[in-house]
Amino acid sequence: MTAKQHTTVTVNGRVYQRDVEPRLTLADFLRHELHLGGTHVGCEHGVCGACTVLINGRAAHSCLTLAVQADGAEVTTVEGLKNRETGQLHPIQQAFVDAHGLQCGFCTPGFLMTTLELLRDNPEPSDEEIKEALGGNLCRCTGYESIMASVQLAARRLRESGGV
Amino acid sequence: MKAASFDYHAPQTLEAAVALLQQFDREGVDAKVLAGGQSLMPMLNMRVARPQVLIDLGRVPGLDYIRAEGDTIAIGAMTSKRSAEDSALLKDRQPLFHAATRLVGHRQIRNRGTVGGSFAHADPSAEYPAVALVQNVQMKAQGPDGVRLITATDFFVTYMTTCLETAEVLTEVRLPALPPGTGWSIQEFTKRDGDLALAGVVATLRRVKGLCEDVRICAFGVNATAVRLPAAEAALQGRPPTTESFARAAALAGESVQEPINDVHASPDYRRQLVKVLTGRCLAEAAARAT
Repeated sequence: MTAKQHTTVTVNGRVYQRDVEPRLTLADFLRHELHLGGTHVGCEHGVCGACTVLINGRAAHSCLTLAVQADGAEVTTVEGLKNRETGQLHPIQQAFVDAHGLQCGFCTPGFLMTTLELLRDNPEPSDEEIKEALGGNLCRCTGYESIMASVQLAARRLRESGGV
Repeated sequence: MKAASFDYHAPQTLEAAVALLQQFDREGVDAKVLAGGQSLMPMLNMRVARPQVLIDLGRVPGLDYIRAEGDTIAIGAMTSKRSAEDSALLKDRQPLFHAATRLVGHRQIRNRGTVGGSFAHADPSAEYPAVALVQNVQMKAQGPDGVRLITATDFFVTYMTTCLETAEVLTEVRLPALPPGTGWSIQEFTKRDGDLALAGVVATLRRVKGLCEDVRICAFGVNATAVRLPAAEAALQGRPPTTESFARAAALAGESVQEPINDVHASPDYRRQLVKVLTGRCLAEAAARAT
């Protein structure tokens, strides 16, 4: 039996402390230890991007990161997107709703989190830059056209309202 | 799937990491070094690898830097590919390495995957080893007996195997700055952008009095390690940069690959054809960039 590791992670601004098995992925830590089920687990080997979260502001596969590696880190998940005071969806989420950027929704949390990092780095991305940035996220429903449109819509609204 | 159980150590110093590796080696315990985890974690999750112990270098300070040391660019082993991608120094003085970085995986992979991790993992389809073989890159490793510098030719042994000893840690990658005027190119073929390459080619050359000199060509994704193609290099050496001479060198590149990898993704003949086509494109691009 392996020794559990004391791990402290700040998720969406709240500090969580748990003793975890070293083999526990950050994705399973979020889902099973913190009961934050918004982060979806698809392929578990870094191909589908559904489990994407931000670790210290950078998009990362939470299935390819151990919870113990995130000790001391700040993690943002899809649950951290909506406005906590008003309950309003984040402009990126609203744009995905308005431009039909999802159908079944399984891949959506990953797309939203990757888009968040992209638009912070580059508020006015070209279609090519969006494709490049979202290359690590797979969607099996939409055919991507409406996802591209959603990201462009989100970018435009964010530029008009003063940024991410 | 979920990884099998393992013990976890996060040493605070390089010396402690080496000491742990040495201790586990002595005890016959299978210990693996964890860097960014973007290659190791899939292997753990699929249980292709089942080490008893992981030694995480993430808490060791001083392994995350990109700096110029004269004509050499030193990159700390734990530097993320994202940092390499964002580095103005690399883009300016080692554009080939910079371009290779942009071909590695996707945004999420480059955010966490490290430069040192790619070298130590030594995937036959990886871009960095091919760049290392044409650029005389050196690897710095620290072990129980101190530090040593290893040339790329010695470093990459075979599939996912380097010459690092069990108690050695790769600490730095040392790249010569690309000499001004050198033309360069990296081309690869993947089924989807960001996937591992079915085959790829790296080329550099200089133009001296209208002729191609110092021609270096390296293929990756076709053999157990990246491989220089001396027959193709010799075919272009001293020749004018023309479509005909590129085609001749490209044909030799394809023919001279010894027993290309045969797997579910591509047949040996297909990989040979890719090497030929990619070499042709690489040489044309490198020649156009050479001044």
